[in-house]
Amino acid sequence: MIEFHNVSKRYPNGYEALAGVTFDVGEGEMVFLTGHSGAGKSTLMKLIMLIERPSQGQVVVGGHNLNRLRSSQIPFHRRQVGVVFQNHQLLFDRSVFDNVALPLQIAGYPHREIGRRVRAALDKVGLLDHERANPITLSGGEQQRVGIARAVVNKPPVLLADEPTGNLDPDLAADIMRLFSEFNQVGVTVLIASHDWSLIRSVGARVLTLEHGQLIHDGALV
Amino acid sequence: MSRDPVARGARQSRTGISDLWQAWWQHHRTSASDSLGRLADTPLQTLMTALVVAIALALPATLLLALENLRQLGDRWDSKPQMTVFLHKQVQAAAIEGFQAQLRQMVGVSSVEYISPERALREFQAQSGFSEAIAALDVNPLPPAVVVTPTAEAIAPERFEQLRQQIAASPLVDDISVDMEWVRRLNAIMTFGRQLVLGFAALLGIGVLFVIGNTIRLEIESRREEIVVIKLVGGTNGFVRRPFLYTGFWYGVIGGLLACLLVSVGVASLAEAVRQLAASYQSTFELQGLGLTGCALLIICCVTLGLLGAWLTVGRHLSAIEPR
Ligand SMILES: Nc1ncnc2c1ncn2[C@@H]1O[C@H](COP(=O)(O)OP(=O)(O)OP(=O)(O)O)[C@@H](O)[C@H]1O
Ligand SMILES: [Mg+2]
Repeated sequence: MIEFHNVSKRYPNGYEALAGVTFDVGEGEMVFLTGHSGAGKSTLMKLIMLIERPSQGQVVVGGHNLNRLRSSQIPFHRRQVGVVFQNHQLLFDRSVFDNVALPLQIAGYPHREIGRRVRAALDKVGLLDHERANPITLSGGEQQRVGIARAVVNKPPVLLADEPTGNLDPDLAADIMRLFSEFNQVGVTVLIASHDWSLIRSVGARVLTLEHGQLIHDGALV
Repeated sequence: MSRDPVARGARQSRTGISDLWQAWWQHHRTSASDSLGRLADTPLQTLMTALVVAIALALPATLLLALENLRQLGDRWDSKPQMTVFLHKQVQAAAIEGFQAQLRQMVGVSSVEYISPERALREFQAQSGFSEAIAALDVNPLPPAVVVTPTAEAIAPERFEQLRQQIAASPLVDDISVDMEWVRRLNAIMTFGRQLVLGFAALLGIGVLFVIGNTIRLEIESRREEIVVIKLVGGTNGFVRRPFLYTGFWYGVIGGLLACLLVSVGVASLAEAVRQLAASYQSTFELQGLGLTGCALLIICCVTLGLLGAWLTVGRHLSAIEPR
């Protein structure tokens, strides 16, 4: 589902954030991405989202070579990839419901369908009774769950999470990880960047480890 | 990946054409009402911007309206230029008869009227107030004259001039004086004035583009975060652009309505004074307002400028806002 073929990313300032990275995440797999701060985890995710373009190599998502995607096709690619950020990226000028509904409005879902799907997603993350609230009134963990609901509301085949449990307490972090596992169980390909070793160990999934932009480990945690 | 939808639970649900059309329409409606709502949230700033638009367009509209009124005034006076053809004094009555017949044959001549020296003297005596002095003259100093009125087609400057030369070619003719020359001069001046006003309007229009562009640039700046999120979850450029285009549209609508109001209030406040002035000259002339067509035209101009200003700005600034 996500293939990297000898991918390098050099930022305009000359810094090489990724160097010759090659891996393949299969459809319906759940994979963790780890590495020290600055190792290139976020960069790797940005390449999948087409927020950045690789300087070298190929990124293939769902059979589409992203190098061949024209910029007018980028929005349609992004609709296939749900993203969860550490800093939520919620909009505080609208309700929880409207935040979660955004991807559906953009994709042109009919009105009734939007209501149904948003409630289903909010129910999934346990926030159904907060749909009218402004996300700014929610706790950090709740905001993170709104972000997750938004990422999965249009049922994308791929879900990316960049340090989704970064500043949550262990219980909340475990909750959120359970959510990701559930999505994975219904067939979503999940890639999570995380520092949280104990959490990763508890899930026991495949781990990709980056160090200074190079992939130094690919497999079960040792 | 759209070709092979993921199996099991995460299947992509299809959205049909009619659903997409409905959603597109829906987004237009919400964009329009959201944009209007945002403008209503900051009424003072909205009013200021709309007022700038209104004044910038009301000014040239007023000038054009003034020119139009002047033109109508000229039309009412007498738009038909006439020629008074003075003949040599020694020309005999029979020759004058023949000359008149000749004139009537000419293409472009509508009517011909002979004014004998005696009649001219009588009229001059009656009008000038020099009756006694004139009565004391023992010879009539006035020449015989023929007043020629051209047909409607021959009023056009070139045709009119052609006709004048044709008549002047006759050996009987001493001199030709063209009456109502001023009407044509006025028309020429007004054509020039019109072009001047249109040029002025174009400059103001560019100013309006900048004002609307700047206002929308600020709004884009303040909604940067929202734009980033929309792009991140797959919003197309069209989707991102739409609400800002509507903002420009609404500025145009509000500005256009205000402009109509400004011009109408101006016309209304002058109308009575003009009527009285005209009455004192025994004229029934009345000041013409914008009318429905004028208002519609003014609003269309404003809306076009609003949309264009928004379009130019949005195109330039939205591409710079990308997720990082
Ligand atoms: N836009 C950019 N321009 C230049 N250098 C960048 C840019 N973005 C990231 N970098 C550099 O690339 C390297 C990798 O950054 P990246 O954000 O991918 O690391 P990371 O593994 O996500 O780190 P963290 O765990 O701290 O989030 C860092 O050294 C960073 O300074
Ligand atoms: Mg990072």
